[in-house]
Amino acid sequence: MLAIAICEDELPPVAAWPTGACVTFEGRVRDEQGRVVALEIEHYPGMTEREIGRIADQAAERWPLSMVLVAHRVGRVGVDELIVRVQVAARHRREAFEACAFIMDYLKTRAPFWKKEISADGVASWVEAKQGDRDAAARWAPADEH
Amino acid sequence: MNIRVRYFARLREKLATEQEQLALPAGVSDIAALCRHLATRGGVWAEELAGQRPLMAAINEELKPLSASFAEGDEVALFPPVTGG
Repeated sequence: MLAIAICEDELPPVAAWPTGACVTFEGRVRDEQGRVVALEIEHYPGMTEREIGRIADQAAERWPLSMVLVAHRVGRVGVDELIVRVQVAARHRREAFEACAFIMDYLKTRAPFWKKEISADGVASWVEAKQGDRDAAARWAPADEH
Repeated sequence: MNIRVRYFARLREKLATEQEQLALPAGVSDIAALCRHLATRGGVWAEELAGQRPLMAAINEELKPLSASFAEGDEVALFPPVTGG
């Protein structure tokens, strides 16, 4: 089972899952030592859902999963608010842990979202992509693709 | 060839363009060539698309390498590296 929610408001609650293991990753907006009061998140409607669907399909090919739920905020998201949740269920914990990490690593480097940081004095600046996120996603690639 | 080009995030703001319909000259049929073509407009177009800045692209809502070819009527999107999650 796969469900993708792109939310302009609060994320839906964590869902009940089929028997066995469930791993949930949630991310909240950091204040970056008081520098940031909110994020403004832009996305590419249509492609966002399709790309997350492709990432979830790849995860389901690699691990036997019973449920994948991905929810992501768009628009203005205040400090400490939830920005993303990936909830993955499988019969056993190992595949649930790995698939959840895989989906987050790919979402961060492939799903068409862009963050802008809003500071207390109203200045907005686009967040730059991080090499560390690209490295995290690359660890899932087969050796011949490195 | 006629295509639609969409721009997102910092690129959309810098170029002051969300989307446009383009009639391309013969020979411009992949994303890298499209960027070179757009860079000939000069100014911010050259700054952003002549190759100095990292860029990602999609064709018909699917992520593609800059070497990918598009076809008549396709929607091509150009954007900075994504930063979701």
